[in-house]
Amino acid sequence: MKPTSFDYTAPSTVGEAVALLGDEEREAKVVAGGQSLIPMLNMRLARPELLVDITRIPELGRLHVDGSGKLRIGAAVRQARAAADGAVREGWPLLAVAIGRIGHPQIRHRGTVCGSLAHHDPAAELPTAAVCLDARFVITGPRGTRTVGAEDFFVATFSTAVEADELLTEAVFPPLPAHHGWAFEELTRRHGDFATVGVAVVLERDTATDTVRSARVVFCGAGPVPVRLPAVEDALVGTDVGEHALAAAARVALARLAPADDVHATAEYRREGAAHLLVRACTTAWERC
Amino acid sequence: MSHASDRDRSDQGNSNGTWIGRSVPRVEDDRLLRGNGRYVDDIALPGAVEAAFLRSPHAHARIESVDVTAALTAPGVVAVWTGDDVADLPAMLNKEELRTPPGLAALLDPLVRMTPMPLLARDKVLYVGQPVAVVLAENRYLAEDALELVEVRYAPLRVLVDPEHALGEDAVRLHEDLPDNTAVAVATRVGDPEAAFAGAHAVVSERFEAHRYVASPIETRAVSAQVDPYSGRLTVWSGTQTPHRLRDAIAHTLGLESATVHVIAADVGGGFGQKGILYVEELLVPHAARRLGRPVLWREDRNENLTASSHAREQIHRIELAADAEGRIVAVRDRITVNFGAYNMTGLVVPYNSLCHLLGPYRVPNVHIDVTGVLTNTTFATPYRGAGRPETVFAMERAMDRLAAELGIEPAQLRARNLVRPDEMPYATGLVDRSGSPQSYDSGDFPELLRRAVAKADVEGVRARQREGARDGKYVGIGFAMYIEATGLGPFETARIDVAPSGRVRLAIGAPSQGQGHRTSMAQIAADAIGVPFDVIDVVGGDTEATPFGVGTIASRALVNAGNATHRAGRLVREKIVEAAARRLGVDAGGLDLSDGIVRAGEPGGPSISLAELAGKAPLPGIPEPTDGRHGTEISETVHFRPPGFAVASGAHAAVVEVDEHTGEVEILHYVVVHDAGNIVNPMIAEGQVTGGIAQGIGGALYEEMVYGPDGQPRTGTYMDYLVPTSSEIPDLDMDEIFTPSPMNDLGVKGLGEGGAIAPQAVLAGAVEDALRPFDVVVRRGPLSPSRVRALIRAAADA
Repeated sequence: MKPTSFDYTAPSTVGEAVALLGDEEREAKVVAGGQSLIPMLNMRLARPELLVDITRIPELGRLHVDGSGKLRIGAAVRQARAAADGAVREGWPLLAVAIGRIGHPQIRHRGTVCGSLAHHDPAAELPTAAVCLDARFVITGPRGTRTVGAEDFFVATFSTAVEADELLTEAVFPPLPAHHGWAFEELTRRHGDFATVGVAVVLERDTATDTVRSARVVFCGAGPVPVRLPAVEDALVGTDVGEHALAAAARVALARLAPADDVHATAEYRREGAAHLLVRACTTAWERC
Repeated sequence: MSHASDRDRSDQGNSNGTWIGRSVPRVEDDRLLRGNGRYVDDIALPGAVEAAFLRSPHAHARIESVDVTAALTAPGVVAVWTGDDVADLPAMLNKEELRTPPGLAALLDPLVRMTPMPLLARDKVLYVGQPVAVVLAENRYLAEDALELVEVRYAPLRVLVDPEHALGEDAVRLHEDLPDNTAVAVATRVGDPEAAFAGAHAVVSERFEAHRYVASPIETRAVSAQVDPYSGRLTVWSGTQTPHRLRDAIAHTLGLESATVHVIAADVGGGFGQKGILYVEELLVPHAARRLGRPVLWREDRNENLTASSHAREQIHRIELAADAEGRIVAVRDRITVNFGAYNMTGLVVPYNSLCHLLGPYRVPNVHIDVTGVLTNTTFATPYRGAGRPETVFAMERAMDRLAAELGIEPAQLRARNLVRPDEMPYATGLVDRSGSPQSYDSGDFPELLRRAVAKADVEGVRARQREGARDGKYVGIGFAMYIEATGLGPFETARIDVAPSGRVRLAIGAPSQGQGHRTSMAQIAADAIGVPFDVIDVVGGDTEATPFGVGTIASRALVNAGNATHRAGRLVREKIVEAAARRLGVDAGGLDLSDGIVRAGEPGGPSISLAELAGKAPLPGIPEPTDGRHGTEISETVHFRPPGFAVASGAHAAVVEVDEHTGEVEILHYVVVHDAGNIVNPMIAEGQVTGGIAQGIGGALYEEMVYGPDGQPRTGTYMDYLVPTSSEIPDLDMDEIFTPSPMNDLGVKGLGEGGAIAPQAVLAGAVEDALRPFDVVVRRGPLSPSRVRALIRAAADA
C-alpha cells in the first residue's frame, strides 16, 4: 500500500494548474482533499507522475451567492465549510444535508465539494444532489472555459465530462424558488458509509391546485451515474402526493431501476429500498413545499 | 448504561486484599495517550532494510516459473528471494497448537494431518495472498516498485472454496501428499443418542452456518529483526501474543540455540488470536537480517491483514436436538464442518473448542458430535476471540430457539428448564475437555445468570409490544443466548518477582499484553500478595529475556495462569521478606505482618522496618548484608503456575431489536449482558474487555463478513467492503455480573477476554428471528445485513 513515485506541485493560479495538466510529457492528476485519490494512489489503482494541488489557488477557495442568486462553490472549498455556511443552509438545505451524510467529520473537513463531484462515485451523495438541484459545472482547460449541465457531467462510474487536461473550477447551484420542497434519503450499512441506495427529491407545489407542478427525482447507488427517472417525476406531477400517487411512483421506480449486486446488497434490495425511500422522501418534500 | 466499574469488589469471594477488586486506573494509559507507545513500528533501527512480499493473485495454481532478474536491478533493491532461495529452511508448523494432548489421543484418537507451510511458495500456491517472493529494499516504496517487476507464470488449478465441496470424492486435493482435503477429524459420543432421538417427543433438525470474519487488530502485524554484531545475538520485535513460541520457532528454523534469540513484544495494538500463531513473515524477516547483515523490517498493510493474515469462524453445523414434551433436551447430534483454509495451522484448537463448548450450560444426557476440519483455497483460519465458541453457540442457541418455537415454549423458559444447577457443581458433562481430561464445569450459577438477563431485558414488555403489532413497519423482537467458556488453558505460565535494593519490586511475566492492561492488573495482584503499595511495582511482559519460559496471552488464560503465578511468587517473596525482617529485628517471624511495604510486629508501637530499609541496608559501602540466610540481597522468586483444570466462565446475553420490514435494518434497542468470571481483579478493565468482545461480536452479527467469490478471490479486501463497526454502531450495554470464584486457582479468577464475543451472533439472530415471527422466518446465517434480512422476509412472503 505504497504509491508509485510522483512529483507534487501547488500552483497559485488556474492558468498554471491547467498548463500542468496539459503537459503531454507526464500524466498529472488534480488533488484537493485527497479523500479518494490518496487511497487510490496507495493501492496503485492510480499512478500519476504529477499531483497538482489546487488548494493554494485563491480564487478556487471562494464560496458565494452571485448577483443572480446562484450558489457558486469553488474547487478548493471543503465539504464541512459548505455544509456549515449560513447561505447554503438557508438556500440549498438539500446540499447541506447531503454533505452531512458524507463519511465522518474528518473526511468532510478534508474533502472538497468539487472533488467528490469530479471523482464521481455513483453511490456518493453529492453527484445525486447536484443532478437533483440541476447544478452546472464550470470546466477550464487549454481550450478555454465551458459550462456543462449536471446530466451531461456524469458519464460513467469514476468518469465525468472533465477531460484529463481540464480542471473543474466551480459548481454552480441555481436557487430553489418558493413553493419547492426537498428531501434526501439514503440507506447505508454503517453511519457515514456510501449509500447502498439513496434518493434526492425536489417537488414544486402548484398553490392554485395544491398539486405537484414539477418534480425532480434522482437516485444514487442505482447505476453507473446518478439515475434521474422522468417517468417517476411524471407519475408525481399533477398529483397530491397521496397514498395512491406515491404507490404509483414507487411502482414506476421498481420497474425502471436496474441497479447492480455487490457484497453489500443485492440488486433486488436496492430496487425495493429505492422505492421505499422514494415514498418517504416525497412525503417529506411535499410537507416542505 | 450501568457501569459495573462504579462498584469496587473488596467484598467479593475470597479476596480480602486492598488492591484486588478495585478499578485502579490503568498505568498504561498516560503513556499510550501521550503517544509514547512502543509498537514495532516505533523501534528505530538505523540502516534497516524493508521487506515487501509478493503474494499470489491466484487461489490455486501451479507455479511454472519465477523470474526476478528485472526486480534485482530496480533502484534500492538489496535482495529478491523466491521459494528456491529459502528452500534450505524447514517449512513452518505451529507445533504447539498442532500437538494432540495425550489424554485426547488416548480417548478419542483424533485425526490431525500436518500441512507444513513453505516459507515462500515453490510448486503451488493455495490461496490468494500466499507469499511467493520477498523483496528487500532500502524502503517499502522501492520494495513495492520492485515487486511489480517479479514475473511469475502460474498455471491455474481448480479452486475449492466451499468446505463441503472440498470433501467430495472427486475434489481436487490441495496437498497432494494427503489422501483427501480433511485436515482434522474427531468424534465423540455420550449415552445412546440414537435411542434418545427415536423416543423423543420433538426433534429439531437444522443447518446453521457461521460465516467467515476476521480479527482486524488496530495495529497490523509487524516484525523487525537485528543481529547484534557484538554478541552475535538475534533480537526480534514482533507484535506477537506468544513471544516464547516465536523465539523457539525462529531458533528451530534458522538452526540457532533458543538462548541466542531474543523476542520482544512491547506494546501490541490488539491480537484477538490473529497474532497468537506463527507466520512465515516472522521467520523470514529474522532470516533476512542474518543473511544480509542488516536490520530488516516488515510492516503488514491493511490489504495484507485482511486477505493474508488468519481468518476465522467459518463453520457449518448440521445440528439436531431431541426433547421431551416439557422441552427437556434428551439428546444432541451435531455434524460440524470447519473451513480451515489452505493450511492446517492450529489443528484441533478451534474444532475441538466447538465440540466441547456445544452443550454450553445445558444438561444433555445423550450426545453425538463429530467435527471435520477441511482444507480449501482460502486464507488459513485460526482462533479469533472465542475460538470456535461463537460458532458453536450460534448453532446450539439457534437450535434452542427453533425447539422453543416447535414446542411453543418461551425461549428463556426452555433454556431455564435445561440448565445445569449450581448444586451440581462440579458438573461432569461426559465429554472430554481440550486438555484430554473428563470435562468438568468447576463452578457457576447459570440459572442466576439467566434470571438476571430475563429481568433486565423485560420479556413481558417486549411480548406486550409484539401483541400491539408493528409500528411503521417496525417489528420488535427479543433473543437470548448463553454460553460457558473453559478458560485458563495450561500448560503453565511464569512469574518472576525481584525486590531491588531500593525496595521497588519488578514483576516479570511470560504473557505479553495486547491492550489487556497487565501492567495494572498484575501489579494489583502482586501488591496484595506481597503487601506492598501498588506503585512500587514495575511489570514486564512479552520479553523472553525477562522470563526464559512462557506460553502467551491467548485463550483467556493470562489472568488465570500469569495472575496465579504472580500471586504465588508474591506470597513466597512475602515470606522471605518477613523472615529477613525477623532476623533483622531479632523477633519471631510468626508475630510479624507485612503491609503497605512495612513489616511490623503485631502489637502497636512494636518494632518495624520498611522494605526499602530491609532490601537496601548495607553494613559496608557497596557490600549488602545477607537478608535471606544466603549471600547477597536477592529477594527473588520464580513460579511456574500449572492450572489443575479449566476455570469455567459463563454468561447470558439478551437483546431487544427492532427490525424495519421495508429496509431490513436492525436496530439494537437494548443489549443485556450478565457474566460470571469469578473474582474480578480490576472491574474497569473487566468491563472494557466485555464491552470490546461484544463490539466485535456485534460486528460479526450485523456487519462483518470476509466474502470469497467462487474463484477464490476475496471480495472484501479493503475497509470499503469489509465493514468493521465503529462506536456509532455499538449501543450502550446494560451490564451485570455475578461472582462464582473458581476453585481451580488461589485467586478464584476466570478468564474473560473472549466471553463478550461469544454470544452476540446467536443473541441477535434470535432477536431478529423473534421480531420476524409474523413472517415465520428462520435465521440460519449471518451477518444480518439489511439485504439479507429483506431476503428472509421476501422468501417468507413468496413461500
